[in-house]
Amino acid sequence: MKVRMTINDKVEEHEVEDRQLLVYFIRETVGLTGTNIGCDTSSCGACTVLLDGESVKSCTVLAAQADGSAITTIEGLASPDGPLHPVQQAFHEYHGLQCGYCTPGMVMAAVSLIAEHGPLTETEVRQGLEGNLCRCTGYHNIVKAVMAASGSEVTA
Amino acid sequence: MIPAAFEYRRVGSAEEAVSTLAELGDEAKLLAGGHSLLPLMKLRLASPSVLIDVGRLRDLSFVRDDGDQVSIGALTRHHDVEGSALLRSEVPLLAHVAGEVGDPQVRHRGTIGGSIAHGDPASDLPAAVLALGGTMVVRGPAGTREIPATEFFRGFLETALEPDELLTEIRVPKMAGAGWSFQKFNRRAQDWAIVGVAAVGAQAGGGIALVNMASTPVRAAAVERAVAQGSSATDAAALAPEGLDPPSDLNASPEFRRHLATVLVRRALEEVAAGHP
Repeated sequence: MKVRMTINDKVEEHEVEDRQLLVYFIRETVGLTGTNIGCDTSSCGACTVLLDGESVKSCTVLAAQADGSAITTIEGLASPDGPLHPVQQAFHEYHGLQCGYCTPGMVMAAVSLIAEHGPLTETEVRQGLEGNLCRCTGYHNIVKAVMAASGSEVTA
Repeated sequence: MIPAAFEYRRVGSAEEAVSTLAELGDEAKLLAGGHSLLPLMKLRLASPSVLIDVGRLRDLSFVRDDGDQVSIGALTRHHDVEGSALLRSEVPLLAHVAGEVGDPQVRHRGTIGGSIAHGDPASDLPAAVLALGGTMVVRGPAGTREIPATEFFRGFLETALEPDELLTEIRVPKMAGAGWSFQKFNRRAQDWAIVGVAAVGAQAGGGIALVNMASTPVRAAAVERAVAQGSSATDAAALAPEGLDPPSDLNASPEFRRHLATVLVRRALEEVAAGHP
């Protein structure tokens, strides 16, 4: 079937198998490999992207379900030669990553969380990121980064 | 993991969904948010040859005040149930439980109707609707009918829905300020409950339902009777596993589940009695 959506403000129209998952559409059909596949079972959150502005796990959405929607991936947050997105900048400043594999999903989940809630407490960040796993267990700095990006004061 | 090949069809109305189901029989499955069905399909535990996508039927996404009850469209996402001001004030148990499902990404896609129609005994929302004494409104070729929650869950992932019926609406009574509690015991925040309990106070009917303690979501009838007769929380909770044959899996043995049920039901009853929240 033919699906058409915008990914990072660019129209993408492609013929795909009915069963194609959004994450494979993004990575293989469109060629944007910043979105990672981790568990492939909607547990880890590595494949998180924004669908019409809200975080979703793209391993558990069909490309067909996303037909007509606006997708934002990690590549779409900042222009290649522009400044980083505030959430990316905060991950940089607070060193919110170790191996980096979960990072694109963490950043996209955080962008959605901040858009919905505004300034976040530590508890709100920890609960709000419950759908994203970091195998390095590098959560402390991720939480600080997201708090900072949300406009909250980060202590210690 | 990629599901087995299927044909994807998108329908524009509930009528079209029902007529397409009638045409295709059990070859077809309805797709709403897909967060119960797609994982099963990726594991090849389900391989329908046609998926009928009802996810865009916006007229089935609503939360409506209907006097002494609140009606929720089947395609209302967990995120919207959780955030509904009406549910938060009139049926706070349901709004709370919707916020306990999965994680924010799952709640942005998954729907209350999808969760109820899937009928997973490990899911949170079926138990909540059961405790509240809700009613399912379903639409088939011959029109609509109502099914009480107590008659809806028939077996493991099996409900009273006929193959050509679409769940359109879930109705739950307003709680009239009754105390309530939802207890969910799991290992990781986003996981299914190893055992869970949804309970409401007497003004809301006094229902107590258990998650993951049987092949279906189930009312703890013995506990409800004991509470109604004035038993203490501890004595009533001791009856929680009565007559139940809880599952065994990686997370827990049946024996551990029976123990958890007594502990969690006691906590739930104590919260309800204290007028939680």
